[in-house]
Amino acid sequence: MRAGKGDIELAGLCKSFDGVTNVVDGVNLKIPDGSYCCFLGPSGCGKTTILRMIAGHEDPTAGEIVIGGENVVGLAPVERRTAMMFQSYALFPHLSVRDNIAFALRVRGQSKAERYKAVDRMMEKVRLTELADRLPASLSGGQQQRVALARAAITEPRVLLLDEPLSALDEQLRVQMRQELRRMQRDLGITFVHVTHTQLEAIALADIVVVMEKGKIKQSGAARDVYASPRDRYVAEFLGGQNVLSGKVEKIGEDHLVISQPNRSGIQVGVRPNARIEVGDKIDLAVRRDDIELMRAGASGLENGATALPSRVLAIEYQGSFVKVMLDTIPDEDFVAYIPERIFFRDPFNIGDVLLATWSAGRARVLA
Amino acid sequence: MTVALERFDVSMTKARRGVVARSDRRPWTFYLLAAVFTFYVAALYGPMICIYILSFQDIRGGLVFPMKGHSLHWFVDLFTQVRTGDVKGSFDRSIKLAVLVTVITLVFSFMAGLAFRRRFFGDTFVFYLMIGSLVAPGLVLGIGVGLLFQWIGIPASWYTSALGAQLSWTLPFGVLVMFAVMSRFDGAWEEAARDLGASRWQTIRLVVIPVLAPGLVAVALFGFTLSYDEFARTLQTAGSLNTLPLEIWSMTLNVTSPSLYALGTVTTIVSFVIIGVCIGAIVLINKRRGIRAKSH
Repeated sequence: MRAGKGDIELAGLCKSFDGVTNVVDGVNLKIPDGSYCCFLGPSGCGKTTILRMIAGHEDPTAGEIVIGGENVVGLAPVERRTAMMFQSYALFPHLSVRDNIAFALRVRGQSKAERYKAVDRMMEKVRLTELADRLPASLSGGQQQRVALARAAITEPRVLLLDEPLSALDEQLRVQMRQELRRMQRDLGITFVHVTHTQLEAIALADIVVVMEKGKIKQSGAARDVYASPRDRYVAEFLGGQNVLSGKVEKIGEDHLVISQPNRSGIQVGVRPNARIEVGDKIDLAVRRDDIELMRAGASGLENGATALPSRVLAIEYQGSFVKVMLDTIPDEDFVAYIPERIFFRDPFNIGDVLLATWSAGRARVLA
Repeated sequence: MTVALERFDVSMTKARRGVVARSDRRPWTFYLLAAVFTFYVAALYGPMICIYILSFQDIRGGLVFPMKGHSLHWFVDLFTQVRTGDVKGSFDRSIKLAVLVTVITLVFSFMAGLAFRRRFFGDTFVFYLMIGSLVAPGLVLGIGVGLLFQWIGIPASWYTSALGAQLSWTLPFGVLVMFAVMSRFDGAWEEAARDLGASRWQTIRLVVIPVLAPGLVAVALFGFTLSYDEFARTLQTAGSLNTLPLEIWSMTLNVTSPSLYALGTVTTIVSFVIIGVCIGAIVLINKRRGIRAKSH
């Protein structure tokens, strides 16, 4: 079986700049041809270094980078048929939009007429025709991004690498350009590898989300899997949308665990325990913030197997379609419920109210 | 001067109008500072302007005021009379030397600017070594260079030892200017060029040099003007044929006519023309980018 032309495989990839610490530490990953992959992590986690190694701007200390079945380590970017879009776009300030896009064809020795023909086609595709003679400094952030995209795409790469492509834009434009990136990726039908530290960006765009910490992959998979089923506390907290409870296991039931925390014990949580858990273990549990329901203390109608933890309301934030209620359920840690707006305002709570934070059986997950 | 003061006056009035309506009295410090400023400008340009004015006297003219008639007599005299010295020859040599110095300074500063973006072994040492030659007294340095060339056995002349001595002055300057220029250069441009398939040479030719062009013109201007009026380092290294500043200096010793002043006027005009051309080039480059940026 022949591998697709733009599929990427990273095998045991390591990078060290000082010979002591690995910025990228043994990364293994497969990215299928034509998929949109997002590397997600805080700054300094090694995600940009991985991107630059795939691009050929950095050489790995160890490991292999295979694109389309061919080990590309040591090859120049053009030979890899990758193209990179830089964080601040790095458009050439002295060249017009047309000449910026034509640059790759120019250095290949194409005649002016020949390259301008190709460029004009490309500009039409990304709706830049009207801006052809302008200089980068006179373009808006979104227009600059389109130029950068077109300049990279004109080389007909099999992989496009994007280094924080949306970080230079303001909030509104970011959402708009996000869609544009996705549309371009579908139009071009090539593999996109995108580096970001914004989880919303990653889950909105990516087929595959790769969560990184300190040079290692913490979890990779479909956006929905990573968001809904984080593997551990780090991933759950980085992606957000989850409450993480930790505690010591006191008792293991068939469909629940009883855990204790330093100043509260006997917390019964409905969760399917896995075989590895034993009494006395320290475990982390995750519950999605939108799975939490709030009930007045003493209210009836708690379903079977549900968990109910008494809590006090610390703060309330109206978010439009939902209301964010911050609770003191776990001492010294955030516990948040996202309550649909309509439900919340049927019987609104106030700050200081004591209530029950509940979730149905099976909603909590045990983290690694 | 009066123009400057008037302008100052207008802006002061404008500034004050917003704050206090109808206040005609200026603080006494205004008059004091205005006097100091007037004196400063007079001291700065007065002597030069005197020379320019006196160079336009007619044949009866002397070295001091009052002005005796007006004509271009002394300019003609300057280029026709042998007794005034080898003005044409020294001017010629000075221009050639300045061009040579400019080219070498430009190339060297550009490469040093590229090199010093990264740390390398001994970079601080090399940097201070370079600054050292700026600090060294020019006359002493010139004598040293003269001695060195004599010892090696290369006859001192404007295109050997004087070139070397002048470079010890222009190179550090050029490199320092280049550092300032490079500080605004984004390395991502080079990476982008490489990413798009440009060779190293193509990257330099199509990206680095065009982006840095205004800065490179500034370095060239520095090189040229520093060389064109260099005296101290050239004095002991020029050999038997003088450069223009040396020629002027020797003329002050034996020429007692306003043709000396005419020479001053001519060299100033040459300097201004060159500065004007360079600044014009920078403005043109920026304007071309600016206009294309603004159009639409």
